Amino acid sequence: MLTQPPLLRIDTVTKAYPGVVANDSVSFEIQPGEVHALLGENGAGKSTLVKMIYGLVRPDSGTMELNGAPFAPVEPRAARASGVAMVFQHFSLFDALNVAENIALGMENPPPQRTLAARITEVSEAYGLPLDPFRTVGDLSAGERQRVEIIRCLLQDPKLLIMDEPTSVLTPQEVEILFKTLNKLSDEGTAILYISHKLEEIRALCDTATVLRLGKVVGTCTPRDETARAMAEMMVGGTLHQPSRDRHPQGDVVLRVNDLSQPAPSAFGTALKNISFDLHQGEILGIGGVAGNGQDELLAAISGEVLSPKGTLSVQGDDIGPLGPTARRGLAILAAPEERLGHAAAPDMSLIENALMTGATRENLTSRGFIKWNDARTFAEKIIKTFDVRTPGPDNAARALSGGNLQKFVVGREVLQRPDVLVVNQPTWGVDASAAADIRQAILDLAAGGAAVIVISQDLDELMEISDNFAALNEGRLSPARPALGLTIDEIGLMLGGGAAQEAAHV
Amino acid sequence: MFSLEKRKTPSKAWSLATPILAVALTMIAGAIMFSLLGKPPLEALRTIFIDPIFSEQFGAYSRPQLLVKAGPLILIAIGLSLGFRAGIWNIGAEGQYIMGAIFGAAAGLALYPLEAWWIFPMMVIVGCLGGLLWAMIPAILRTHFNTNEILVSLLLVYVAEEILKAMATGALRNPDGGGFPGSRNLSKWVSSQNTEIIANSGMHWGVVTAFITVIFAYVLLSRHMLGFHIQLAGQSPRAAKFAGVNPKALVITCMGIAGGLAGLAGLFEVTGPAGQISTDFNSGYGFTAIIVAFLGRLHPVGIVLAGLLMALTYIGGELAQLMLGLPAASIQAFQGMLLFFLLAVDVLTNYRIRMNKGAK
Amino acid sequence: MDLSAINPAVLVASIMIAATPILLAALGELVVEKSGVLNLGVEGMMITGAICGFIVTVETGSPFLGFIAAAAGGAFLSLIFAVLTQYLLSNQVATGLALTLFGLGVASLLGHSYVGINPPSVPKLDLGPVSDIPYIGTMFLRHDAVVYFGIALTIAVWATLKYSRIGLVLRAVGENHDAAHALGYKVIRIRILAIMFGGACAGLGGAYLSLVRVPQWTEGITAGAGWIALAIVVFASWRPGVVLLGAYLFGGVTLLQLNLQAAGLAVPVEYLSMSPYLITILVLVIMSSRKGRASLSAPASLGHPFQASR
Repeated sequence: MLTQPPLLRIDTVTKAYPGVVANDSVSFEIQPGEVHALLGENGAGKSTLVKMIYGLVRPDSGTMELNGAPFAPVEPRAARASGVAMVFQHFSLFDALNVAENIALGMENPPPQRTLAARITEVSEAYGLPLDPFRTVGDLSAGERQRVEIIRCLLQDPKLLIMDEPTSVLTPQEVEILFKTLNKLSDEGTAILYISHKLEEIRALCDTATVLRLGKVVGTCTPRDETARAMAEMMVGGTLHQPSRDRHPQGDVVLRVNDLSQPAPSAFGTALKNISFDLHQGEILGIGGVAGNGQDELLAAISGEVLSPKGTLSVQGDDIGPLGPTARRGLAILAAPEERLGHAAAPDMSLIENALMTGATRENLTSRGFIKWNDARTFAEKIIKTFDVRTPGPDNAARALSGGNLQKFVVGREVLQRPDVLVVNQPTWGVDASAAADIRQAILDLAAGGAAVIVISQDLDELMEISDNFAALNEGRLSPARPALGLTIDEIGLMLGGGAAQEAAHV
Repeated sequence: MFSLEKRKTPSKAWSLATPILAVALTMIAGAIMFSLLGKPPLEALRTIFIDPIFSEQFGAYSRPQLLVKAGPLILIAIGLSLGFRAGIWNIGAEGQYIMGAIFGAAAGLALYPLEAWWIFPMMVIVGCLGGLLWAMIPAILRTHFNTNEILVSLLLVYVAEEILKAMATGALRNPDGGGFPGSRNLSKWVSSQNTEIIANSGMHWGVVTAFITVIFAYVLLSRHMLGFHIQLAGQSPRAAKFAGVNPKALVITCMGIAGGLAGLAGLFEVTGPAGQISTDFNSGYGFTAIIVAFLGRLHPVGIVLAGLLMALTYIGGELAQLMLGLPAASIQAFQGMLLFFLLAVDVLTNYRIRMNKGAK
Repeated sequence: MDLSAINPAVLVASIMIAATPILLAALGELVVEKSGVLNLGVEGMMITGAICGFIVTVETGSPFLGFIAAAAGGAFLSLIFAVLTQYLLSNQVATGLALTLFGLGVASLLGHSYVGINPPSVPKLDLGPVSDIPYIGTMFLRHDAVVYFGIALTIAVWATLKYSRIGLVLRAVGENHDAAHALGYKVIRIRILAIMFGGACAGLGGAYLSLVRVPQWTEGITAGAGWIALAIVVFASWRPGVVLLGAYLFGGVTLLQLNLQAAGLAVPVEYLSMSPYLITILVLVIMSSRKGRASLSAPASLGHPFQASR
């Protein structure tokens, strides 16, 4: 071991931001060719750590070594020159440019377009990731966009490839292809730093795992030898609270969606195609799917942000297609969009104003157009109290809250308005485990009280945990809903990939 | 080096302090500008900011002028501020102001020389409609064709100025004026005159309307759902849509209010202080009101103070022109500088400045 | 009305002159907008360039030095905008307006003692007998250097944006500044350079007005040319070649209405004078109502402030 230094050695690295220590004396090593997992909850400090390795952030103290030599990249360019490449969670791609241009931007001295295009085709085929260099990136699927990022990295012959939550946008089948590629790279001697909180994936892929909690390394393990539960508890630092649920009988149809089609709202949006389903009282319908397959558009169609053609949406027999969001709220149809800041909530407004934003109609917070500020404050305080939102008070701006607390506020705001139909998109995205459990419990309680709930999520574990029925969105089409109990991962994969229609016909 | 750190909540203290800081910085920069022009800087500042109000020699004339000039600025700026808060950039108030004056004056002049009490109120209404209709052009082009309202409203100012020239030399020219451009004098025709309500105060109907509008705007923004929706739409358009705000209706409403108020300002000006439709009766109030709106932090009370301050620079500027031979344009540059400094120090409201220790 | 007074060859030549100020300003603004910044201060930068160029030309007798000074003046003014919007994160729309108001004030302040002076004339191309070729010579071969510079700049901007590395980076910054930052590009530095390029171009355009097109200094000499340049960038869907076309089209409309005025068309002069503005609005409406097309070509980060996350 002494003869060969590790590829990357991180030694007591610390990085503090005002009010929070993101990394506290973090140390670990990565060997050449190793697939190394960095495991931790949101806010554990994973992103800060990799940003330091990639030169986007500089540590306050501590040192890094690459191949035994001091390594302190001042910018990503320097990191790339040293053989470190990174695939971002939110792709750093340029929609209006084509694949080759995007890749050229990530290279120091790109060859002329034609040569580069040939190399892209060559590398993409060698690693089983086919890609057309002249297509506009905005038109690609999430999986294809990730390929652009990966190929951009591979063209630099990296010694260390950092991947930040790469599977959150992939179908199980696409995950399999990705893992093959990563294994091939690892066999060729490229080390991979793999960031995730999906434990099964890590067990399947990684050689070693470093677990972070609140900025500190709390353990190192060999994932294959650990149970997922043991790693989860290491990550969370305690035992997990599992939401309780009772299966209950479903009532009458509340919401009927009948052959709903809508054009894409923008050039890079998704059109909804022939969506039909029934939603019953007390039912939780889980809708899975890779991001960008029509989730936002479906929520907008039900919330009333986008109006629908006559006869495509009805609640208890009444056509609601032409009604806007306020009228639909009057009918107890509520929604909580995915994007917390800027869609579900106005970042610079106080929690009182944010409570007023969707609560005006049902909570009776106005009288002849004039705002009853005292009532709005009372409503905001009720949300904060009922949902344990951690904030100094309702006068604070929405953006001052952490992701989890704001999400509790946003979901709580709708739940407290006694919906008959509630649609939530990604209710626990970027939320810490305990807040996520609270939110899931609130959704289960709501359904137990007779409300019909649609949960749109990319987290399949979450959907399997709380849904009665499961359907999948693929390119704007919704598969037929099937009971969630007993669905296998293969079946779900097929549904996500759009093969469910044929499959269902044979069952 | 320093870096900026976003505050969790915008600083209330700084949002009040920044306009004052901006005025102070502008005075310093202004003093430098005046001394470069070879004028005694302190004397120039005193002539602009203090003499119009306190000088025994000029005060009697200047003090009423303060309201006369602040009135239209406040009226227009209130209208603009609603749109700016909603992210709707109507910067063609100058055109709406001109069209309001033309419409109102034309409606009145059609009845000349009839004497009746209802003529002036009728002109006020038509003037308001004139400005409103002119503002509807960019508004409707925006909602129906998604055309940029900034460019359209601004280009329409040039069109309105041409119409003004055509009117002053054509249709509305005073038939008894010996062929000179310009309409009959509306302030000398009893039925159409915008009288001074309290003698020697400068308080005419336009000023009264401006102050009533300020109160309405204050209530609208602080207590009414429409005001809330305006602010929501400006801060987060998607959240506003989710909350049920109809963005197109909001564009029409905000542009309509701004246009109507600018039209009113034009009508009151042409029936009072200016007196007639002439090729240059408009004195750029529609543009200066943009500065007033920002300097007043888009807040009704702030706009009143900013309007008075800006009126002071106009009057003081004229005085300095007379007394010190300061070029008229230096006041325009001075006003532009004020807006720059305000925008520059505004950063303190939303960000904290952090000094970085040493080289990292 | 007498249309025979209009000579087609002279008309084409005059259109090229009328179009040049707007072409220069619009090309500059195109580069600024491609980098993701909306600078509404074109009018202010143009008029500042107009007076700077005028003063230096009158004082030195050299139009060349005048144009250099105009570019420097425009660039200096745009630097104020750059510092405010890029470092102090001020609102781009408001700051651009402030720039216009300030520029108009500063220009008339600087210019009040230059009213009524005739500047030295700008030399024109003379290829001897070649420039005397009927029609062709009059139309294309007897212009001053700035007219040809405008055309060359169009080609240069087009080729740079499409084929060069710096052009690609510029487009990337305007498309997605966060991604460009993540790849290690200096978003703020690139944008400041683009803004200054835009300021210099607007300054040149302004000087062409005061030194060639008019040629005199009068207050408000730009008369909305900066706003029309902004509109032409939208009209062109951010494509340099179409900016050239748009500027010539606008030059054509301006010239045509002037010729019609001279020919004594039985319409009041004012209605002819407003026609360029109305036609610009009309063109804007047509372009913006073509759904999708225009929204695709607009840089995605246009007008959004950027702050590097640490």
